[in-house]
Amino acid sequence: MAKVPGLVKGLGVTLGTLFKTTVNGSNTVQYPHEKETPPIRSRGVIALHQDNCTSCMLCSRSCPDWCIYIEAHKELAPPRREGGKPRQVNLLDRFDIDYALCMYCGICVEVCPFDALFWSPEYEYSEPNISDLLHDKTKLSEWMETVPEAPELEAGADKKKK
Amino acid sequence: MTMLGDRQQLSYIASQAADARLNLELETEGMTLNIGPQHPATHGTLRIIARLDGEQVVWAEPACGYMHRGYEKLTEVRTFPQVTTLVNRIDWLGSFANEVPFILAAEKLMGVEAPTRAQYIRTILFELSRIANVSLFLGDLGVQLGAITPVFLAFRDREYVLNLIESATGGRFHPNFDRIGGLKDDLPAGWIDETRAVMKKLRSFCDQIEDLLFGNEIFQSRTRGIGVIPRDVALQYGLSGANLRASGVDWDLRRDQTLPMVWNKADWKVWTHPDGDSFARCWVRLQETRESTKIVDQLLGAIPSGPVMAKVPKIIKVPEGEAWVSTENPLGEMGYYVVSRGDLGPFRVKIRSASFNNISITPWLLRGVYVPDIVTILASLYFILGDIDR
Amino acid sequence: MIALLAEVPYWGQSLLRVLGGLVAVLLPAGTIVYVFLFKMMSFMQSRLGPMEAGPYGSMQLFAEVGKWLQKEDIVPDRADARIFKMAPIIVLVSTFLLVVVVPFGPEAWFTDFETGVFYALAVSSVSVLGILIAGWSSANKYSLLGGLRAAGQLIAYELPMVLAVMGVVIQAGTMNLQKIVVAQNTGSMFGIDAIGHPYVISQFFGFIIFMIAIQAELTQAPFDMPIAESELVSGYMTEYSGFRFLIFFIGEFATAGVFAMIASVLFLGGWGVPFTWFGWTSIDDVANWMNFVGPLIMFTKMMLLVFIIMWIRFSYPRLREDQLQRFAWKGLIPIALINIMVTAILKVVF
Repeated sequence: MAKVPGLVKGLGVTLGTLFKTTVNGSNTVQYPHEKETPPIRSRGVIALHQDNCTSCMLCSRSCPDWCIYIEAHKELAPPRREGGKPRQVNLLDRFDIDYALCMYCGICVEVCPFDALFWSPEYEYSEPNISDLLHDKTKLSEWMETVPEAPELEAGADKKKK
Repeated sequence: MTMLGDRQQLSYIASQAADARLNLELETEGMTLNIGPQHPATHGTLRIIARLDGEQVVWAEPACGYMHRGYEKLTEVRTFPQVTTLVNRIDWLGSFANEVPFILAAEKLMGVEAPTRAQYIRTILFELSRIANVSLFLGDLGVQLGAITPVFLAFRDREYVLNLIESATGGRFHPNFDRIGGLKDDLPAGWIDETRAVMKKLRSFCDQIEDLLFGNEIFQSRTRGIGVIPRDVALQYGLSGANLRASGVDWDLRRDQTLPMVWNKADWKVWTHPDGDSFARCWVRLQETRESTKIVDQLLGAIPSGPVMAKVPKIIKVPEGEAWVSTENPLGEMGYYVVSRGDLGPFRVKIRSASFNNISITPWLLRGVYVPDIVTILASLYFILGDIDR
Repeated sequence: MIALLAEVPYWGQSLLRVLGGLVAVLLPAGTIVYVFLFKMMSFMQSRLGPMEAGPYGSMQLFAEVGKWLQKEDIVPDRADARIFKMAPIIVLVSTFLLVVVVPFGPEAWFTDFETGVFYALAVSSVSVLGILIAGWSSANKYSLLGGLRAAGQLIAYELPMVLAVMGVVIQAGTMNLQKIVVAQNTGSMFGIDAIGHPYVISQFFGFIIFMIAIQAELTQAPFDMPIAESELVSGYMTEYSGFRFLIFFIGEFATAGVFAMIASVLFLGGWGVPFTWFGWTSIDDVANWMNFVGPLIMFTKMMLLVFIIMWIRFSYPRLREDQLQRFAWKGLIPIALINIMVTAILKVVF
């Protein structure tokens, strides 16, 4: 059997791709007219659940880029039950994440003991001005609405979910 | 006494001087050409200083360091999780593979072994990053040689693998998924079936590249017999990975080492080629990609159930000691020598990256080749600048 | 048509000829760039190509032209400025010179030389000069390498081109391109009148050699060593930006179109269909509407040939300089010489 010369086979591959793309369309997703939904775990932006945060500073200290800025003050809150002592709580003054520095590693989200930080797959927040990439606590709280539910795990995984 | 007027005499002398300059220029030891640091052929900012005689190279030397980011110094002031994040960015195309030897070294110091399920998933992700890395190589190979079509096919099919990695880890290029003691998270539902489908697509991509590029007579005449590295020279220069296997050395750390990873649970073979030329290196990588898809398929069917994280404290302080772990990364042998003093972070990390040693052979290899062959040889050696310069 | 044109004063005729020449060169160039470079290349690479500028990206070429026109005019400091500026114009001028000899219809032609083939081959070599001086005057080592490679390659592949065309000339018995078209459309093969006598069948090897030679003359892959994007950045075109690069760019595709037109005239029957389909027997019988339909037929044949050129360009890696020289001198020229010998023998015998 005569072997088809490689030159001809190569031409066949390109012609085949040409026909396939003409008939089936291509893989190109024409952004911004069409958008792909990123996977659930996709690391798009970090959202802050302010009520859970006790300003323990663990996230700020574990960030490799030191891009989280936290300032807080202590206040006395009313006691939980009648006749108890007033509790001391930390209230956030400032919780900024500088997305110009953030490397999207996720150490802050992982390390937070109080579940105050969450990942959200939102990625369309680029700004013309680099200082606008510093998201303050109001903006970070707004991102909470976009945080999806954690996905179902594959068969055989431990059901213990954090 | 001359018959020429003053003006004519001056212009005559000027043209003589111009001729002399031209002769001087043409008669030096040829042209010194700077290939890079900005150049389409080098995978990043590599500079090759070549002395040419016409189109032949008389002397060539790589000048790397344009992308040095000070990794080893950075690791001195970071904790172990932070270093894991940084280390993703050394070989940025197959980035999960960079985390693994580092984490294995830290686990060795702690005396901790990841649970079996974590080992399986680690190995699968390692092989996926190898597939992502080498399929880009196959596409890029075409571009270096002038065939512009394979690179788009490569990017198209690589997207599937990156989407898989993203759905499991959250990051396409920088997964940051390995932790001391296991993995950060378990796999999302449906991942195993998706991965099987993607492996089929990748095998058909490999067939397409074989038809489009490897079977092409022009490609073969450009790569066969070019840049031959004999077996002993390869060993002397410390080459690793596919470069070594293409020179006939049967060396694969996945098979020869015992690490807490599960390559030995799958049935696969190590591909070698006796020629040692550029074609051999490219061909070995193509076959390795196919073999990786087979490994992933086999391991997918065998993932045991269980936890993905061993019992480790929340804040990890790695005990004192030194450990060296190296693995068969997509680019070659990558190893980490971790020195710990019992702190939250390492005291010193020495990173042995494959590409740095792989390009050390270029002065020897590039003597006497033509300028187009420089590009062929660099393409077949396959390095990534982040890996050379760290 | 000649009767119509006879009423237009001479300056009017010249103006029409100039406009016609511009259209004949730039319209194919634009169409080739859009259909083949933007769309066909993208579809072969499984992507869509430009889609934003105009419907399906049809205005992309205009957007690019506008972009290049508004760029700064940079001439490198140590470059030889006068020659540097002349180079792209020489390349484009050779294309215009080449198109004047291509017949588009029975009476739709610019000039009707008796030695049309000779003129076409001679004039197509003028662009080689442009490329050489572009490479030399750029004061850039990469451009110099590109220019030197171009010198060797383009001169080497001129010969197979000329020799391949010789077979056609022997078969047609004339160097006049219009008469070659007529000979193809009035001839017959195997006694069947209805298919005419396209020289692509009887001069098959000549056709193949001519197509390979054009691929090399246009510095398209697999013969694009002078440009060699991954090594020399852009070869002889590296230092050119803005308007000058635009001229090189348009020149590259315009020349592709014009060479394809010449190839379709020589091998595929040019502007005509076999005359027996309409019962004509000689060029004087041809109806007047053929002057309008002829250019369209020519356009179609040109697009077909450019499709083949571009298809090969997008599929193959490039040959190294010494390999392509070897291919030309040791491969193509002997085959072309044998082709001429066989054609001559067969022409005399039959």
